[in-house]
Amino acid sequence: MTGIDLSQKLTDFTQQLVNGVAAGTFYALIALGYTMVYGVLRFINFAHGDVFMVGAFAGYWLTPLLMPHFAGHLAPFGICLVLFLSMAICALLGIVIEKLAYRPLRTQPKLTVLITAIGVSLLLEYGGQFAFGSDPKPFPPLFEDSTLEVHGIFIQYSQIIVVGVTAALLVALSFIVKRTRLGLAMRALSNNATAASLVGVNLDTVISFTFGLGSALAGAAGILYSIYNPSIAPLMGIQPGLKAFVAAVLGGIGNIPGAAVGGLIIGIVETFVGGSSFSSYRDAIAFAILIVILLFRPAGLFGRAVTEKV
Amino acid sequence: MFKLFLPAVVALGALTLPSLLSAQDITVGEYASLTGSEATFGINSDNGVQLAAEEINNAGGVLGRKVKLIVEDDQSKAGQPSSAVKKLISSDKVVAVIGEIASSRSLEAGPICQEAKIPMVSPGSTNPTVTEKGDYIFRVCFIDPFQGTVMAKFALDTLKAKKVAILSDVTSDYSKGLSQYFTEYYKKHGGEIVIERSYSGGGSDKDFRAQLTAIRAAHPDAIFVPGYYTEAGLIGKQARTLGLKVPLLGGDGWDSPKLAEIAGNSLDGCYFSTHFSPADKSAKVQDFVKKYTAKFKTAPDGMAPLGYDAMMILAEAIKRAGTTDGDKVRDALASVKNYEAVTGNITIDEKRNAQKSAVVLEVAGKENKFVASVAP
Repeated sequence: MTGIDLSQKLTDFTQQLVNGVAAGTFYALIALGYTMVYGVLRFINFAHGDVFMVGAFAGYWLTPLLMPHFAGHLAPFGICLVLFLSMAICALLGIVIEKLAYRPLRTQPKLTVLITAIGVSLLLEYGGQFAFGSDPKPFPPLFEDSTLEVHGIFIQYSQIIVVGVTAALLVALSFIVKRTRLGLAMRALSNNATAASLVGVNLDTVISFTFGLGSALAGAAGILYSIYNPSIAPLMGIQPGLKAFVAAVLGGIGNIPGAAVGGLIIGIVETFVGGSSFSSYRDAIAFAILIVILLFRPAGLFGRAVTEKV
Repeated sequence: MFKLFLPAVVALGALTLPSLLSAQDITVGEYASLTGSEATFGINSDNGVQLAAEEINNAGGVLGRKVKLIVEDDQSKAGQPSSAVKKLISSDKVVAVIGEIASSRSLEAGPICQEAKIPMVSPGSTNPTVTEKGDYIFRVCFIDPFQGTVMAKFALDTLKAKKVAILSDVTSDYSKGLSQYFTEYYKKHGGEIVIERSYSGGGSDKDFRAQLTAIRAAHPDAIFVPGYYTEAGLIGKQARTLGLKVPLLGGDGWDSPKLAEIAGNSLDGCYFSTHFSPADKSAKVQDFVKKYTAKFKTAPDGMAPLGYDAMMILAEAIKRAGTTDGDKVRDALASVKNYEAVTGNITIDEKRNAQKSAVVLEVAGKENKFVASVAP
């Protein structure tokens, strides 16, 4: 193999890594919501992927409303405002979903809540089709998405923004979980709900907060995803939602850093398989890897194996 | 009194209703992707069908009866066409069915029409297997072995591309077939397919950078993307952000006003084959463009005249059969010869396909430029 070949291979490898990391950030952000809700309630909120879709549509609606007021060098503030408002809308949606659909069933068997979650998911998907129409819509550009070339590797501005915002959100999340009273309460609840309520933790508040936090992250993912792939539709949340769920399981469900790492792994694996000659089997291979990892580490990469008392 | 009256009314109704119905409209069913990832296919072909039906009815209808269309939306989704067509046949009692553009969806509904012996006319499904499902299934467009050859020839002779990469949609029969026929001709005549990658269409994949990065490494002279416009638009955009500057080639799946809307200017200078160009100077085409633009306030794409032709040929067949009886209409459809349609001269061959020419268009902003017309 000549030197030129090798450097070409290295360039392609790095390019795929860039593509993969960008694709993984969305899975990571969505996976965090799955894992946090599982942490406090021990159930999978299947409507979570659709909250991501609502985030994208919130951005679709807010952008033409807000961006004209932030022309020129003010544009970054406008983008932040669109992002924060969409996150707020999703947080509110998450809290309302929990309050109306899941809270009344909290004492019921977990299966009941799980089925309700699927119902909420379908409600959002088809409600979305009813409200927005089912054909894909081009997401309005928030900024001029140019490309940067570094040694034959092409990096889009949107990729930098997606990875940067995700990193900032992860730092903020880790601060909230580790350094705030509500974060402490979340961890306490996740550790032992009964004990937490005995020492005065308000379960309802903490659960609402968890749903709000997870949904806000999904909303951010929705906006970032739409900036990166500017075509949105009411069923756009199904596929990323499913893969993010897998990412959460892969990282060890209930484990926050695990979800982020799991998301990145899924994104990178998927990209490398997509670029290989097995591209037709991309999803199948990504899921096969999950099965193999779970065979060896049933609790996921970062999860602790807990024996349930029966 | 009441007890006597009621059966009398029912009996009277039973006697008069069927005769009233038969003296009234000829119901024709249509299933189309009016919403979803291929919405413009359904909307524009349906516009064509509606325009044709309106003209037929203004001219006195068929066999002295009005044509009544019943349209079902299949949302561009697998599974919907079969329920739509079952409903059209069993509950609306349609005499014939028009649909679909996407081959996978025509393949789904075709066998149901065949089973019920209800003739089905597809405006724009180009995969050859669509009409092989049975002798009640027809189409008014060319098929992919021809379309694939046209584009392979174009790549070799006009673009002088010796190495082509293929990026196809693994979920679409249309895309798989078209890439197969393209490859067959292209390889036989000295071209080389340097790399083949695939994606999942129907709006599920939106990030094609992984495949495009691999394609970039293979240094092709052109990329053949035999998919639908929703994906082709994004693929064009992402190819350019990865520094891929070679032209992209496509089939009639690109023919949508949404293509440029999604792709921006990234597909300018790329080429696709389709059924029709509004720039065609023939009187039949110009007349259609004028009528269509007047009614829908927008210029027709390639799917609109196909819908129009499908409805017109069906009406012609019913007229010649002299009845709406499925078998007779089928026979009349099978014997269509040299019918002057908007999309060209249609002769239905023994495989129930239309033999006619294709056009190659170049993407140039919102307009498409006419490049060549290729006879079969």
